[in-house]
Amino acid sequence: MRRLLPAYAVAAYAFLYLPLLVLSAFSFNASRFTVWHGFTFHWYAEAFRNQQMLDAIFNSLVIGVTASVVATAAGTLAAYGIWKRRASWLTNSLYLSLLTPEIVTGISLLAFFQWIFRFLHVQLGLHTVILAHVSFSLAYAVVVVLARLRNFDAILEEAALDLGANEWQAFRRVTLPFLAPAIVAAALLCFAVSFDDYVITSLVAGVNSETLPMVIYALARRGISPAVNALSAMVTFGLGALILIAERLQARSKAGK
Amino acid sequence: MNTLRRWFLAPASVITILLFLAPTAIVCAYSVLTRGAYGGAGQPVTVENFFRVFDPIYAEIFWRSLWISVVSTLLCLVLGFPLALFIARSKRRMLFLNLVMLPFWTSFLIRLYAWMFLLRDTGLINSLLLSAHIISRPLPLLFNDFAVILGLVYGYLPFMVLPLYATLEKLDPALIDAANDLGAKPFVTLWKVIVPLSRGGVAAGCLLVFIPCLGAYLTPDLLGGGKTVMLGNLVQNQFTTARDWPFGSAVSLVLMAAVLAVLFLAVRRKGEDLL
Amino acid sequence: MVSEVKTVLELQALTKHYLTHRAVDGISLAVEQGEFFSLLGPSGCGKTTTLRMIAGLETPTSGRIFLSGADVAAKKAYERNVSTVFQNYALFPHLSVAKNVAFGLERRGGFGRAEIAERVDRVLSLVQLGGKQSRMPSELSGGERQRVALARSLVLEPDVLLLDEPLSALDPKLRKQMRVELKSLQRRVGITFLFITHDQEEAMSLSDRIGVMNRGCLEQVGEPAAVYRNPQTRFVAEFLGDVNWIDGVGVRPESITLFRQPAGGASRYVKAVVVRNTCLGNYTNIELQLEGETTCFVQQQGAGTGFAPGDSVYAAWNADDELAVPAEQLASVPA
Repeated sequence: MRRLLPAYAVAAYAFLYLPLLVLSAFSFNASRFTVWHGFTFHWYAEAFRNQQMLDAIFNSLVIGVTASVVATAAGTLAAYGIWKRRASWLTNSLYLSLLTPEIVTGISLLAFFQWIFRFLHVQLGLHTVILAHVSFSLAYAVVVVLARLRNFDAILEEAALDLGANEWQAFRRVTLPFLAPAIVAAALLCFAVSFDDYVITSLVAGVNSETLPMVIYALARRGISPAVNALSAMVTFGLGALILIAERLQARSKAGK
Repeated sequence: MNTLRRWFLAPASVITILLFLAPTAIVCAYSVLTRGAYGGAGQPVTVENFFRVFDPIYAEIFWRSLWISVVSTLLCLVLGFPLALFIARSKRRMLFLNLVMLPFWTSFLIRLYAWMFLLRDTGLINSLLLSAHIISRPLPLLFNDFAVILGLVYGYLPFMVLPLYATLEKLDPALIDAANDLGAKPFVTLWKVIVPLSRGGVAAGCLLVFIPCLGAYLTPDLLGGGKTVMLGNLVQNQFTTARDWPFGSAVSLVLMAAVLAVLFLAVRRKGEDLL
Repeated sequence: MVSEVKTVLELQALTKHYLTHRAVDGISLAVEQGEFFSLLGPSGCGKTTTLRMIAGLETPTSGRIFLSGADVAAKKAYERNVSTVFQNYALFPHLSVAKNVAFGLERRGGFGRAEIAERVDRVLSLVQLGGKQSRMPSELSGGERQRVALARSLVLEPDVLLLDEPLSALDPKLRKQMRVELKSLQRRVGITFLFITHDQEEAMSLSDRIGVMNRGCLEQVGEPAAVYRNPQTRFVAEFLGDVNWIDGVGVRPESITLFRQPAGGASRYVKAVVVRNTCLGNYTNIELQLEGETTCFVQQQGAGTGFAPGDSVYAAWNADDELAVPAEQLASVPA
């Protein structure tokens, strides 16, 4: 069995990575079809020339950054409050939001927005998408920061109070520096989750707020699109890099300090 | 200190109330209303939607969701256990663990698209098999239950590996040594010592895979191509094409109830909070 | 010359109840300016809780705390002029030694950067850590970290410096060394120290006065030698040293001398048989069996005793050396 396990592991990792690697490889394929015809950057260029795609990427970035900042800020503060003393209703609601299937989150937000729109004269658009993204990524931010707080020795805050800092100063000068790596990791996580979302976004986006996943979905539905291959490769490696950074930060913060 | 804490909890509380609890309440409200003439919803208040959910037409969808979820979970377990074991025994655990998680964090949609690329009639697998003359006609690998299960296993395998690894990593190596010392061969040790002791991780992993599978939408949508309809697809359909929001809401609530029921059963048996 | 003795810290009937038990039960105490006062007691006796209440990190259930004459009940931890040296030092890991020490000064305001730096340098050289301003806590040894914690609190010139078992995390040799340094530091600086420990040797060697606590109550306060010689309760008698209870009277092992014949004079004595001798290096423990199954321990200087097991002896002591514990405190003393 000693030799079987590593062999199996190789096969398992291959299973996990080959689809993405193959897709990335074929993004350089000169032919539209799945027969290798030559190396080219043509599809990448085409992806960048496509205005619809560029608009979608822009939207996704705006939504991702905004939602991530808001969710991380609110989530960090909430994690601290929960750590100080249990807030069961909030914690349970957050866990419930993590468990809720995306489609259910999506339709419930859609129903909510449409109901609100009876009173405000607003339509679905970027703002509703951002709100939706903040809603479902909040729980991720809280979980990441709370995990880091569990490693924090409360006596450091007491020492700060003892030395003359009030509660807010103790948080700002002692706890927040300790949390910094987790906050960054949470922000990166929220961004990744937001950037990739299709299900919820498709339900609450308006006519002019198409995101990248929506474009990819439409193209994927229609058939093989080499531009999507190119896009996929870029997104995969981009997000992959972000996540690696987040991992690095979390690992470093767990090890020392 | 308490005022400070309340301010700290305020933003998240507002977000949760407005953007999670209120929408949930709205869905509950919709579920007891009747579909209006133009797709809206209104009086009379009725529980008919919930009865419709258990109609035989939709029973098929329930069963399919159930058995696909069960099969996917079991496959994840069978495929994930050896992988978790490998990682727990390796010298560079964090590296291998991160390698498992990494694909998950890229893009779910793109990973599904990658499988479409591989599986469709004009996709890579069929092209290779055709050009190698192994088959004469493309295999129907996409747009069926097989593809959906494959997609779900691929997507949620990391969720099985992680808790399994956590349990296996804590396993006392002395127990395995003892088993060997008492004459058990490797596979026997695996079956009689390692597997029973990793029950906790198995339960957690199954839970973490089964629940998302139950509520899956994108995977059956893209890889099932409209043919494999699971509960998630039904909900989406009711909220868009069919424009029957009350019924869609009722199905959503039943889906949520199923998720919570599974969670409740699992937590009660384990007696501890998984999250 | 009569100097005005000022009470810098006063506790009146200080109490802390939890749902399950009483941590601190009606403690009243007055600590004088410039004193080195130790609260001594076993784990769980409430000394740390008392300290935290004085610091403002716990709210009392009832009772009053006066700092320099003023009732501080309404004041939060950061508003009180007391400073705490925590058991594991609680140094801020992300700040350098200098920034750690400057932390309290910066919170106070009214100090310029240059003045803060000067005060930090001064206090660091006082604790013999001059030159280590830019080091990080993780780079320091246990003893050095303890000094940074001390410096951090001292630089604020508090009315009272609270020390929560600060030496217990150090290894034994370092402990003894730090004890000496701590005492001389306190003498030099003149700040009132309130020191918490469960180690009676530590308390006795460092303090001007000690307060012995047990199960939330303050059983006795006084100078170490006085408390040792005249314990008011059985607990205090037994916590500060070994006691033999002979016929309802307490006698410490080092007060007993052994004779082959009954000694004349005013001493008290009982007949006993030697059970065993245990040599412990610079002194020897002799176990005796008295009439009626009681055992008694005698401590003698030197490695040898001249008495062998089985010998018949007379154990004698002076009446002065008897522990005068009041009768009602001797509830379960075997007669």
